[in-house]
Amino acid sequence: MRTLPFLVISLVVAGLVFAGALAVGNDYIFFAGYVVLQYVVLSTAWNILGGYCGYVNFGTGAFFALGAYSTVAIYNLIGKNELSHVIPIPVLMLVGGIVSGIVGFGMGYLTLRLRGAFFSIATLALAVVLETLIVNWDYVGGSRGAYILRPENAPLIGSYVRYLFLTMLLLAVGSLVIARLIERSRLGYGMATIRDDELAAEASGVPTLRVKLIATTISGALMGMAGAPFPYYIGYLQPDSTFALDYAINAIAMPLIGGTSTWIGPLIGAILLDSLQQLITVTISSAVNLLIVGCLLVAFVILAPNGIVGLFQKYFQHKDDDFVGRRPASLDEPPAVAPSGSAPESPA
Amino acid sequence: MIFSFDLLTNAIVSGILIGGFYAAMASGVSLSFGILDIVNIAHPAFIILGSYAAYMMNHDFGLDPILTSIIMLPAFYALGAGIYQIYYVAFEKRGQESLRGLAFFFGLLFITEVTLVLYFGVDYRDVEASYIGPTLHLANIDIPLRIAVPCLVSLLLIAALQLLLVRSFIGRAIMAVAQDQLALRLMAVNPIRIKRIAFAISIATASIAGAFLIIIQPVEPSVGRDYIGRIFAICVLGGMGSLPGTVIAAMLIGVVESLTSTFYGPSWAPAVSFGFLLLTLAVRPAGLLGR
Amino acid sequence: MSELLEVDNLSKRFGGFVALDNITLTVPAGERLGLIGPNGSGKSTLVNCICGTLRNEQGSVRFNGRPIDGMPAHKRTHLGLARSFQLPRPFPSLTLVDNVRIPRLYTVEARGVHRTVEEVDEHCHGLLREVGLEAKARQWPRDLTQVEMRKLELARAMAAEPKLLIADEAMAGLTHSEIDDILALLVRLNEKGVTVILIEHIMSAVMSFSRRLVVLVSGRMIADGKPDEVMRNPEVEKAYLG
Repeated sequence: MRTLPFLVISLVVAGLVFAGALAVGNDYIFFAGYVVLQYVVLSTAWNILGGYCGYVNFGTGAFFALGAYSTVAIYNLIGKNELSHVIPIPVLMLVGGIVSGIVGFGMGYLTLRLRGAFFSIATLALAVVLETLIVNWDYVGGSRGAYILRPENAPLIGSYVRYLFLTMLLLAVGSLVIARLIERSRLGYGMATIRDDELAAEASGVPTLRVKLIATTISGALMGMAGAPFPYYIGYLQPDSTFALDYAINAIAMPLIGGTSTWIGPLIGAILLDSLQQLITVTISSAVNLLIVGCLLVAFVILAPNGIVGLFQKYFQHKDDDFVGRRPASLDEPPAVAPSGSAPESPA
Repeated sequence: MIFSFDLLTNAIVSGILIGGFYAAMASGVSLSFGILDIVNIAHPAFIILGSYAAYMMNHDFGLDPILTSIIMLPAFYALGAGIYQIYYVAFEKRGQESLRGLAFFFGLLFITEVTLVLYFGVDYRDVEASYIGPTLHLANIDIPLRIAVPCLVSLLLIAALQLLLVRSFIGRAIMAVAQDQLALRLMAVNPIRIKRIAFAISIATASIAGAFLIIIQPVEPSVGRDYIGRIFAICVLGGMGSLPGTVIAAMLIGVVESLTSTFYGPSWAPAVSFGFLLLTLAVRPAGLLGR
Repeated sequence: MSELLEVDNLSKRFGGFVALDNITLTVPAGERLGLIGPNGSGKSTLVNCICGTLRNEQGSVRFNGRPIDGMPAHKRTHLGLARSFQLPRPFPSLTLVDNVRIPRLYTVEARGVHRTVEEVDEHCHGLLREVGLEAKARQWPRDLTQVEMRKLELARAMAAEPKLLIADEAMAGLTHSEIDDILALLVRLNEKGVTVILIEHIMSAVMSFSRRLVVLVSGRMIADGKPDEVMRNPEVEKAYLG
């Protein structure tokens, strides 16, 4: 299916989802649904760099927080008065996306020449550095946090949370369309070769650094866009909870559980896992919630490496679930070296 | 902040002492990441596990924490061996260690942390020992014993490890497995077994490092997260698998953190080690004493 | 004939180990060069340095008159340098035809040659046909034998439409007739204007294909000339027979 029909169908489905939520008659569905949609965006964004390219980013929380804090900065800039609710959420998303995209590009430029493992550790480092910077920046509240006044209503739609839900719904559709577009394009092929064997990819003519930079920038930008409305959603923003590793583990677990090789995986993973988490948080406790995420992640990664999508393919299409794109076993295979980079080398 | 020479000296000394302790924490990762190329980001969680083991023994039986950690060594060793076996079968053999292996350890980090929260709660726990509390005063320098003792024991531990790596057969096999598995096989040594031993030793160090941690500061389950960056920064800066390098890097980071904290305020300290890490990765990934 | 590849005083060390010691080599366009030497003599290291997979500390490489030192590997491939890996490195999560498609998508396209999806597809199938793998076009590399993987390596290198093709032990394990097929393929390529460097242990193949022979021993070039003369060189005899 070409992209345009897909986009149209997705918008129709989104419309149905919104109508369905309205029909429930209780605003709680919008509060809960917002979080699910937010995670659809975050996991789809993570998967572009993680699932497609094979580079694990632990800094999802940082990009998310950048988007949120961009909104806080604008809110403070415009003045904490009635005028601020005039700024439409899509504009805030755009700003958040640009800020996060630029940071994503910068981080990529500094770290993507390194081997995958170093890159991942560097993302952790970056997340902490960013958090420390924000915590020490009083303009956005620093460690005390930031308050945002959520307007009561949005024009035409009704309560403000419905407006938040709607914009996040559209962002989710957008991110899925982007992921699918990438997956089926030449870029997607290039990303797959990087994931499979970066050395051979370079030798085949794939500009690996450029492809990885594109992935990091898009991924970071989408995460920032998901974070931009968050201050309005939550009302009070605190650095340590915003930057938390909890975002990182969700953004990693959802695609890995859903399936990393295609855009459907993160969608399934986000819907299933976040719904489960909300259920558990409400019925048992939020600590148990994270325990379950951790256990599910470990279980899936060991037993069903291709995720739910993979299991589906195995049982209904008879594709081998064990096969995730591993290199042929070879004892003296040269270690992977970032081709254009400064990682340690050994005799090939 | 008024600059005073005493303040400076004290900051440097305490930085060096803390650095000795950091080295113990990082030594395990030096083994697992530096030598075996396994990105065990759950290592801090195992350290915290060690801290709670020390806490329980200290709280219930009055046992010295460092003594506890030594008693717990076999348990941690077994844990490490078990984890490596799973890691090997599920990921290394399939060639998926870079994505799924990493996610595996991330998952373990959370599982360990949350299990501790569910069992012990989020209150800070600490231990009591004769050397926690008193401070030595040498000239104008204060040396708190609760930092000095772990630092000393840590250096002993690392010296012992280094001796093991350089002198014993197992140790040299471990160094060899990082470089040439085929050659090891040809010598009738099973590289998988060697790697399992090495990883088990790495987790065993976490037991002792955990005892040090709870001696130096009160501990609650999520404290481990603060140390992930420090540990990997030290490992990379120290040259990935060089234990002497790890000690030097640890002390360097300890001193810089201490100075930053003293003169700029403690809220900037976390950024120090991470900033170091980013800098090292950008400029010289082989570290100070890299191989 | 202009010099296509010029390697000048190239040296490569790994720590204290000298893998390549002042290699100087020029390859004119259209050449059929054989590169031989005992295992560990540095042949693959030389290829890695020429192609950009490894960085040499000393010396320089020029391709088509243009210095390519420091250029990332993919740019060198765009310029017309292609190689097959001694230990095959296919892309495991792509089918055979997609494996071969990658250099077309990224290298040939980068030169501004635009073809329709159908043309590209046909070309990829054609390449697989030439190495005898067309029947398995929609299968995965893990379904291949070692020998078939080497053929895939070669097909993928050819897909980049190179000016210079370096075939690194592409024929290990092949039967006599398969070797002849691959040799014929390389000869056809050469007749179309592709310069070929053949790295091989199978002496009959090397002798029949090469118009020039270079011998590498312990990182040093000990002979460079016509195949018959080189094989009669006493140093070469010593290197092979002890």
